Amino acid sequence: MRIFDPHIHMTSRTTDDYRAMYDAGVRALVEPSFWLGQPRTSPASFFDYFDALLGWEPFRASQYGIAHHCTLALNPKEANDPRCTPVLDALPRYLVKDSVVAVGEIGYDSMTPAEDHALAAQLQLAADHALPALVHTPHRDKLAGLHRTIDVIRESNLPPEFVLLDHLNETTVEAATDSGCWAGFSIYPDTKMDEDRMVTILQNHGTEKILVNSAADWGKSDPLKTRKVADAMLKAGFTEDDVDQVLWRNPVAFYGQSGRLQLDVLTPDPLHEGNSILRGGE
Amino acid sequence: MLTSRNSLKSRKELDAELGGAARAWLDEALAEAAHDAADATATPGAPRPGASPYASPPWELRYAAAGRHCGQENADSVRSLLLVESRASLPSVTRLYDQGTAAERRAVLLTLHLLDLGDTALPLIEDALRANDTRLVAAAVGPYAADHLDPHAWRHAVLKCLFTEVPVAAVARLGERAHGDAELARMLNDFAAERTAAGRPVPEDLRTVLALTAPAGEGDHPARPNAAPAAPAPTEES
Ligand SMILES: [Zn+2]
Repeated sequence: MRIFDPHIHMTSRTTDDYRAMYDAGVRALVEPSFWLGQPRTSPASFFDYFDALLGWEPFRASQYGIAHHCTLALNPKEANDPRCTPVLDALPRYLVKDSVVAVGEIGYDSMTPAEDHALAAQLQLAADHALPALVHTPHRDKLAGLHRTIDVIRESNLPPEFVLLDHLNETTVEAATDSGCWAGFSIYPDTKMDEDRMVTILQNHGTEKILVNSAADWGKSDPLKTRKVADAMLKAGFTEDDVDQVLWRNPVAFYGQSGRLQLDVLTPDPLHEGNSILRGGE
Repeated sequence: MLTSRNSLKSRKELDAELGGAARAWLDEALAEAAHDAADATATPGAPRPGASPYASPPWELRYAAAGRHCGQENADSVRSLLLVESRASLPSVTRLYDQGTAAERRAVLLTLHLLDLGDTALPLIEDALRANDTRLVAAAVGPYAADHLDPHAWRHAVLKCLFTEVPVAAVARLGERAHGDAELARMLNDFAAERTAAGRPVPEDLRTVLALTAPAGEGDHPARPNAAPAAPAPTEES
């Protein structure tokens, strides 16, 4: 079984997690930039974080045989902090990097005017860079937040098939799929969304344009939830091909729209991955 | 000039290899870099008046996208050409390194010796040698490090390669700099003794470097007396 976790925050996880994920079948993942739990106080703090998502973290992943890509953005929460908003001006130079496969996570947290501005500006950045967008739907007032999100996407220059609406549940799946966007579900170890409810959603809505992720981070979360959904799908009578579609082909198709996915895992061998010191002379 | 031991391809080689669209992209990118070089002669690396503090010259954006347009296998070569063609200044290489992905940083490190920077870019080498990313360590011990690292830093760079299993074949002019370096020999012997005490194998590369430290005429007896425990210890390499 091959698994692509389309939303997981590996900087918050240990190497044991990488090993367990590999053993469970995870071969590729996307790490969206997000809030770190502790508020940042300057753009420079974002830049160090973005650099880690483009440098150290892919190296760590490669040591465990997992292809690492990322999405970069000013997250919804910190879009409200004027000390952080200059990040928007610096994003263009980050969005040209090879392993950036989308703009994200963007979206609404509390639905403020500052969030309106950051969401619209970053949807435009995605359109300018021919990148998809990973759009987080708010945890509070979710359905209203989703409708407002879809309105902003409609007004943007980004086509809906370039948008992944994430953290959906039973109350928001309908509106999300009707919008033409891709639908993402984060499976948590608590009541937000679990693997059996996910299976029911797949039974009702089919396996097209649906992605499942662990959204694991520094909070209570489980980086093996993708595998647990796969097992629950098989147990409920879905075929191996259905599982492969939801847990591999769909994320590959969505993020593949960036033209930047490199799924052949590069070895961390210093003299083979790109480093060409030895290739000619000796 | 770019076909030295790091095997970066020359423009000619790239032109022969690349398809039409990639070649056109490369032509434009190099023209932009050359234009920037001409522009910046007066104030090298200075930001353009009125530009956002985060704005970069167009060729620097192309620097990031090189692999997508010319093939990932050519990214190092294309990036290196852009640096050379733009006559990248210290602020420029520092910005590209600081703001770069690991691959972009590596291309900076591989090109420093081709730029007219004297020893001013040493902080980039030192940064890379602090990294745990072995791709950066391997790229940092090239010709620029051989030319400019002081003996202490250079010895630590060699030791870092042994620790992180970067093959010492990556170290430029290893034989020349190691030759007769008694302090390096001491460090290697101490490292070997530490490994042996821990019941761990001594890296084969350590013996290679140790042999190179012998002063002239002692080539047959590279190990100093206190190296004795190191020699028989590992019966197999991991
Ligand atoms: Zn998240």
